[in-house]
Amino acid sequence: MAVVSSETIPVVSEPDIVMVRRRVREESLRLGFSLVDQTKVVTAASELARNTLIHGGGGYMDLITLNGPRVGLRLTFNDKGPGIPDVQLALRDGFTTGTGLGLGLGGAKRLVNEFEISSSADQGTRVSITRWK
Amino acid sequence: MEKIPILRMGEFLLVTIQVDMHDRLAIALQDDLTNRISQTGARGVLIDISSLEIVDSFIGRMIGNIAAMSRVLDAETVVVGMQPAVAITLVELGMSLPGVKTALNVDAGMELLRESVNDHKEAEYGSRI
Amino acid sequence: MATMLNQQTTSLASIIAKHKSEILSQWIREMSSATRRSDLIKDSEVQSQCARFLDLLGDAAPAGSNIQATAYEPLREMLGEVSRRRAQQGFTPTETATFVLSVKRPLFTAIKEEHAKNASEMATEMWSATELLDSLGLLTTELYLKQREEVIRRQQEEMLELSTPVVKLWDGILALPLIGTLDSARTQVVMESLLESIVQTNSRVAIIDITGVPTVDTVVAQHLLKAVTAARLMGADCIISGVRPQIAQTIVHLGINLLDVTTKATLSDAFSLAMKRAGLTLVRLDANKNGRAKGENQNEN
Repeated sequence: MAVVSSETIPVVSEPDIVMVRRRVREESLRLGFSLVDQTKVVTAASELARNTLIHGGGGYMDLITLNGPRVGLRLTFNDKGPGIPDVQLALRDGFTTGTGLGLGLGGAKRLVNEFEISSSADQGTRVSITRWK
Repeated sequence: MEKIPILRMGEFLLVTIQVDMHDRLAIALQDDLTNRISQTGARGVLIDISSLEIVDSFIGRMIGNIAAMSRVLDAETVVVGMQPAVAITLVELGMSLPGVKTALNVDAGMELLRESVNDHKEAEYGSRI
Repeated sequence: MATMLNQQTTSLASIIAKHKSEILSQWIREMSSATRRSDLIKDSEVQSQCARFLDLLGDAAPAGSNIQATAYEPLREMLGEVSRRRAQQGFTPTETATFVLSVKRPLFTAIKEEHAKNASEMATEMWSATELLDSLGLLTTELYLKQREEVIRRQQEEMLELSTPVVKLWDGILALPLIGTLDSARTQVVMESLLESIVQTNSRVAIIDITGVPTVDTVVAQHLLKAVTAARLMGADCIISGVRPQIAQTIVHLGINLLDVTTKATLSDAFSLAMKRAGLTLVRLDANKNGRAKGENQNEN
């Protein structure tokens, strides 16, 4: 009963990343997130959507509104790409590196409250992030 | 495809980013700017991002690239007006944009540009202009 | 099976309609026990809430026992209102849920009367009424919890905000005296507060004074570094002041690299530096014999 709504947004081209940002912004605004929290979740979504497109060969995002005692937004990014060979390595990135090369997973993880990832060569990649209000 | 306009103000170039750019537009801006700097011999670039509500790692990298490429072309880059929420998020992402000069607003940014251009000239000609 | 249930709840609606006044008076009497809390709520308010509840329940019951259905929306809204008011009035979640659950006995009494001749129908009717009222009772609790979460969240925000004042020392120079431990939540609020002030006051220099921060370890240093970096990205410089000798030692021992962040031992040193960077200087006024400042009007000699 906590899930209020669920929406699927395709991520198969560059304009889709802009659409992802727009929809996540709209939903987090509607749920009453603070400006900083909105910015964080939209930015995380942008990072992960780009990963899905560029590294995963395209996929989709599920946008889920959570409205139980705690209000939040859950986003899952799915692709059937080659998978991430070393997830631990991808998550670890230096805090002060200014270039931000690579998958940006560590960064996205720091912007949200919950972060789950499963990735393999035959299943593709699935990243789920949750930001509570 | 829309392009982001680049204005010329004396020996400086001014870019105001107001739209949520998709990646291709950002790359186009990078290219346009470097071309304009080299065409006009501009000594400085001011990038106004006070309307930008989202700066992710791609845009962050674009800004860093613009600063680096401008420097190779002997121009200084100043980024002005970053919103607090954006600054907080960028830092959390791990981006500190080390090679990029920053200022609170366009006025402060122009001041910074003029100062650094004067410093260069001093170094080149050995006297205050 | 579904239609049977619907029929039963249809008869529930008619049972309520037929026995409304007895159910109402029994219900209110039922609440005259410990959970009545007449210290918190007036009789008249309870009575009107009960009457309204029965009206809405009677309206919605024909639609079945799924309280998420559209037909139940007025009732859900009403319960939301009741939960909100009771949370404000200081009721516990149990007391609030009891508001709904205590209608069971009077309702069952009415059901018993209607189905006196048929024990099996009576049992089925009572069961569906129980299911319905239980979900409504649980809904009340859930709404109550949600309301509490929201209040707690807001209070936490306010508390954090109050404990992080940003002070304007001069045109373009801010000071942020930190007192107490710097955990992750606190840093967030501190950073937001500082950065907002920087924009509002157009300040190029912010002095973060950590005299009141008891320990500076790697975590705290990282938090400070985040704040400084964010300010720099916006175009403002930070000076960290109040660095005690012990802290300086800790920083070196832990190998914390504060990069090019300027640090000063005292707030006043930091202020001097800030003024210098802003191109400002303080001038001592020269007093002449009569105690007037140099350059002041000398007409009345």
